[in-house]
Amino acid sequence: MLLSIKDLHAGINGKEILKGVNLEVNKGEVHAIMGPNGTGKSTLASVIAGRDVFEVTSGDVSYQGKNLLKMSVEERAREGIFLGFQYPVEIPGVSITNFMRTAVNELRKHRGLDPLPGGDFIRFMEEKKKLVEITSNLTNRSVNEGFSGGEKKKNEIFQMAMLEPLLAILDETDSGLDIDALRIVANGVNRLRRPDNAFVVITHYQRLLDYIVPDFVHVLFEGRIVKSGGKELALELEEKGYDWIKKEQD
Amino acid sequence: MMNTENNQIVSNQRFIGLFEEQKAALLSADTPVVARIREEAFQAFKKSGFPDTRSEAWRHTDLSESLGKTWEYPLQPASAPDFRKVFRCNIPHLDTAVIGSFNGWYVSKDVPLMELGNGMIMGSLAQAKIKYPELVDRYYGTLSQDPGEGFTNLNTAFAGDGVFIYVPDRVKSPKPVQVINVIQHDRNIFLQSRNLIILGDSASLSLVHCDDSYNHQASFSNIVTEIHLGDQATLDHYKLQNLNNDSTLISSVYFRLGEGSGLESHFISLNGGLLRNNIRVLFDRPGGNANIYGIYLMDRKQHVDNRLYIDHAHPGCTSNELFKGILDEHAHAVFNGHVMVRRNAAKTDARQTNRNILLTDTARVNSKPFLEIYNDDVKCSHGSTTGQLDADSMFYLRQRGIGEDTARMLLMFAFADEIIAKISIPQLRQRIEDMVKKRLQGELQICEQCVLHCSTPDHPVDFQIDLTKI
Repeated sequence: MLLSIKDLHAGINGKEILKGVNLEVNKGEVHAIMGPNGTGKSTLASVIAGRDVFEVTSGDVSYQGKNLLKMSVEERAREGIFLGFQYPVEIPGVSITNFMRTAVNELRKHRGLDPLPGGDFIRFMEEKKKLVEITSNLTNRSVNEGFSGGEKKKNEIFQMAMLEPLLAILDETDSGLDIDALRIVANGVNRLRRPDNAFVVITHYQRLLDYIVPDFVHVLFEGRIVKSGGKELALELEEKGYDWIKKEQD
Repeated sequence: MMNTENNQIVSNQRFIGLFEEQKAALLSADTPVVARIREEAFQAFKKSGFPDTRSEAWRHTDLSESLGKTWEYPLQPASAPDFRKVFRCNIPHLDTAVIGSFNGWYVSKDVPLMELGNGMIMGSLAQAKIKYPELVDRYYGTLSQDPGEGFTNLNTAFAGDGVFIYVPDRVKSPKPVQVINVIQHDRNIFLQSRNLIILGDSASLSLVHCDDSYNHQASFSNIVTEIHLGDQATLDHYKLQNLNNDSTLISSVYFRLGEGSGLESHFISLNGGLLRNNIRVLFDRPGGNANIYGIYLMDRKQHVDNRLYIDHAHPGCTSNELFKGILDEHAHAVFNGHVMVRRNAAKTDARQTNRNILLTDTARVNSKPFLEIYNDDVKCSHGSTTGQLDADSMFYLRQRGIGEDTARMLLMFAFADEIIAKISIPQLRQRIEDMVKKRLQGELQICEQCVLHCSTPDHPVDFQIDLTKI
């Protein structure tokens, strides 16, 4: 098992947001987490990635058999956890090439490998750009600076391709995308799917799941996963909305 | 406070006595015009004395500790150092592009004043007073006369030598000129050098001006530089400051811009005990353009104070100030940007921005951008921000596996790079990038990895200036 979350409670500024989440993710699986706004989807993603503004009050998270909650943000990343941000951060002055080269080499160091020589790195980057269908020359630009919403999300997928994570959590990667950008993002994910990695796709709409077909769909509601099923659950949610879930809970 | 005043008063008296004593010698080297300016400046200093923290312009910069030290005042070059021993450079074009002063005195080599084939003159200001009195008289002291500027007046009263550069009309200097002020003395030294730089109409120059110390002895430098840009002239100006932690530097640079002239100026403060940059820009004709950039990286108890006064005295001029700083430990930065838009200065476009990153709770910033506008037809803006490294950016970088220290470095460098990227000499930009990286990693020592490729401070000064790379 890759990831196992047991009765996770977490919050921010003393306000509890996750109220007992249970989730298991195995290698080779794609999980979709759906749910209305404000139910804790992004909080769950942030807690797995290790964002320190969120406080874990109880519960266990184990990743590849290790206690994830004891690991620093960068350790989690180096062990293969990738978070595709809902709002990727603009970092003026840091070029994407420099950023990715630093990240890839830190990852290699963690695995006991030498840094990639410059030429090899450029080739590696070009290969990954092609894989995720990035044609524009965004690599010489500063990270996300002045990027359109679609470019930012494509850049997240590009970074994911570069870092080859074992567990990728995509936090509303589909929000704000037109249909072409959505297809590119989804194609990127599908090409990166392997038997030894897993994806957790957080989304508001069923639309993305037309392109990335999940093995499991979970509904997060008021800080807990209240329903799980196969891909047909997403269709049901699309048709009926979230009201019936709310009613079921009341 | 009492102690502060005492130090100031004692220093005032010391300099007043010193002037009376040395007056004859000082005046003997002057032209009648310069002599008159010297006398007037002395009278002004006698009246004002050293500024203290009660004056608005010095409210956040306390000099009492620096002034309270025991200083030596070399009013003549102690021993004329052999140029080859001081600047042992391994490059063939030294004559044309690198000039320097040693403890405030121009290092004469064989020729104290060089006249190049294109009409450019470079060398000692003291010599220029003798050889080109009409040029010196026309420009000397015309920008620096201000009864309120105690340090400038003190410099005008005492300055013996410094650098003189003249670029005639329509002459474009083929390569950058590097001026190096070296401070190396075995006792505490108080220096007052004076530089005069004149660009004729449509002249053009790149000037790299370095203040460096080569040992760890305390020094107090009070340097005044007057720079004149003729009509349509362009100047690319760099002021690099890399001094030891016991150094105090008061650098006053006065720019006068002719019609349609263009100034790019970069103030790069990498190290120093107490640094004060007094930067004044006078738009003396319409249509001038000035971009003034600054970056300062301070730690320990270092103090940096950038004070700008941009005088839009004529219409259609553009000024842009962008100063950024990173402050660690107990460092303290002061920024005062004052843009004056005169009544007749329509179509003025003036921007000023100061941004600071504080790495600790004990680092401090006093930032005050200030616009004074007497014309309605202008575009002006100002802004100031001070904060920590952005937490969202830190998380983003770390989530990609980049360790906290490296992520911090990347963000700090990115912050500084906005200024470094403005350096238009590529090799200099590369060198400054390296120095800033080293500085941010706490690895930069004075005299190490500088633009100059110097040896260690314990060894005799040994420059290896590779001009082909500048």
